Amino acid sequence: MTFPIRIFVPKDAAARSVGADDVAARIMAEAEARSIEVSVVRTGTRGALFLEPLVEVETSAGRIGYGPVDPDDVTGLFDAGFPSADGHPLHLGPVDAIPYLARQTRVTFARCGVIDPASVADYRAQGGFRGLEAALAKPAADIVEDVVASGLRGRGGAGFPTGIKWRTVAAAEADEKYICCNADEGDSGTFADRILMEGDPFLLIEGMTIAGLAVGACTGYVYIRSEYPDAIAAMKTAIAACEADGTLGDDILGSGRSFRLHVRVGAGAYICGEESAMLDSLEGKRGIVRAKPPIPAIAGLFGKPTVVNNVLSFAAVPSILADGPEAYAAHGMGKSRGTMPFQIAGNIARGGLVELGFGVTLRELIEDFGGGTHSGRPVRAVQVGGPLGAYVPADRLDLPMDYEAFAEAGFMVGHGGIVVFDDTVDMARQARFAFAFCAIESCGKCTPCRVGAVRGRETMDRILAGEDVATNVALVEDLCTLMTDASLCAMGGLTPMPVKSALTYFPEDFDRAHAREAAE
Amino acid sequence: MSVTPDDRSASLAGADAPATTDDVAAAVADVCAAHGDRPDALIEMLHAIQARLGHVPPQAEPLIAARLNRSRAEIHGVVSFYHDFHTAPAGRRVIKLCRAEACQAVGCEDLANHLHRAHRLGSGATTPDAAVTVEDAYCLGNCALGPAALVDGELQGRVTAERLDRWIAEARIPRGEAAE
Ligand SMILES: Cc1cc2nc3c(=O)[nH]c(=O)nc-3n(C[C@H](O)[C@H](O)[C@H](O)COP(=O)(O)O)c2cc1C
Ligand code: SF4
Ligand code: FES
Repeated sequence: MTFPIRIFVPKDAAARSVGADDVAARIMAEAEARSIEVSVVRTGTRGALFLEPLVEVETSAGRIGYGPVDPDDVTGLFDAGFPSADGHPLHLGPVDAIPYLARQTRVTFARCGVIDPASVADYRAQGGFRGLEAALAKPAADIVEDVVASGLRGRGGAGFPTGIKWRTVAAAEADEKYICCNADEGDSGTFADRILMEGDPFLLIEGMTIAGLAVGACTGYVYIRSEYPDAIAAMKTAIAACEADGTLGDDILGSGRSFRLHVRVGAGAYICGEESAMLDSLEGKRGIVRAKPPIPAIAGLFGKPTVVNNVLSFAAVPSILADGPEAYAAHGMGKSRGTMPFQIAGNIARGGLVELGFGVTLRELIEDFGGGTHSGRPVRAVQVGGPLGAYVPADRLDLPMDYEAFAEAGFMVGHGGIVVFDDTVDMARQARFAFAFCAIESCGKCTPCRVGAVRGRETMDRILAGEDVATNVALVEDLCTLMTDASLCAMGGLTPMPVKSALTYFPEDFDRAHAREAAE
Repeated sequence: MSVTPDDRSASLAGADAPATTDDVAAAVADVCAAHGDRPDALIEMLHAIQARLGHVPPQAEPLIAARLNRSRAEIHGVVSFYHDFHTAPAGRRVIKLCRAEACQAVGCEDLANHLHRAHRLGSGATTPDAAVTVEDAYCLGNCALGPAALVDGELQGRVTAERLDRWIAEARIPRGEAAE
């Protein structure tokens, strides 16, 4: 071992939420008390959140992991010989061999948890900026065609081909164009954008810069939700580091090309994740959904042609440029190409981020990676794709994660969030929540959503009270049809998806009068 | 007894003295100037004003409107649209409890009921001594380690009723004794 020994402790918000700061402080204090020379590096998370705080020690045989380390474990670890405490029960062996991590296909998240997210040098040493260098060496149109050829589809939910969107913006004539990153990540069960921004912010910067080169835009904005203070800080630090390094600014890597990036903070409104509401919010207004057309690619921020993409869409781009579109497209199935960072959450034993090619089944994710429920009870329902996504019943877990396969089954992949519920869930209550959430977060522009959500919540309350259930269920179904057909955006248009899936697959939960009789 | 956000200010006799007219005017002037009086920076400005004063006082709205050359209605429209902005002071400690699906799957509704039953703290309520405000949040990005909460801006995972009780008790120690 070289001295000082490098020890890595995540400063990812999730790791901090279970004590990572205290663990880092205790390690430094113990090391000092025992005159062991260590330097503690704060990284992002590897995404195996059930192992957080995951402490790693650099050795000649790679990084060795310990976890989950409670602050109170630190003294015992040192007593057992830490930084090399092979015999300690928290010793996990080589981090790269931990099955949860070893079985993933890490493309976008390859560096996350490995590098210091404030160090441009670390990023470069781990292969960073190869995509940007490749992009600088090509005509803009070739960058766009590489992204088209990769088959990359938007990771924010709708799955629209990213390269096609860029083509539209590239072709638009304008004195100014913008690159906007949607980092609003409001879906319950999702945290991949946050983990990436906190653990490898340079990758997002690199992806957005390449987008700027591809379409001819010199200014970008990252719109981050206010619930993510750590991600906001990490992005600001990384942007400043890139400006100092010359990878952002008026002469990117000495090319004479210019690109500048700004962070904007949301203010607690789910609808600002919808791209046109986000653009209004970026302009300092209420986040009200805009009618389309025009699409943002033609008239977006301040009326100018604008690329709006999710964090993970931009973050996939550097590897496409660096290693070629074929390498990226080699992962996945059908028309869902590349890898997807799935997020396993809710009632789950081993929750976290799992990046794999499309085509993996829900069962593999929930059982093989996730280890089943946290409560130990059977899985009953899984909500995939956020609050607007369907509740998938436990007997459909063999469905492959693929945009088309999911759509065909009436479900949605969305941003890849998987929320597991055990058999204590009351699906009528979940249906009520879907309406209630829509009522809270609706932008109010169109009646089917603004009024429909409130009526839906009220009607669900009557069903929950066992009042005239058959009539009220029919009313809910009518409301769902109206909202689906007549809402301006997917907020009102997709709220029926969780409601109808609950009704279809869990009808027994709606039969309150019957349930009450059975209980009596 | 709990209070709703709307009558928070009326019940805060024991809290920090509300911002004076001069404080508000100075905050608006500084913050708007720092953002070059650009209307597109309005949300950033409101965050900055709230960070400085603890809330966005209604009397700030016409002042901001004048500086940005916008109508007061427009400014009010933005302040009232976003859940983050509060027009009255919050308690000394703010607990934002996640109420979204992944946290529901691990019992956040039981925690909300506990706050209600044991502390009479419904969503948006502040304790009468202005010590604690409880708010709802919808996903804090900690969905694999729920139930999640933001306590004074710090993310917490695996929240339990006992930990909520402790956070509330800490905040309710009268100031001056807290250091002992
Ligand atoms: C109600 C609603 C919320 C949305 N929230 C997000 C979000 O938080 N993040 C995101 O990237 N896209 C979100 N979207 C999708 C965006 O409108 C848009 O499709 C996406 O940002 C485009 O980027 P992509 O093509 O890279 O996915 C949301 C859409 C709707 C209707
Ligand atoms: S569907 Fe709802 S959120 Fe979308 S535009 Fe209409 S009111 Fe706004
Ligand atoms: S749902 Fe509670 S943190 Fe995401």
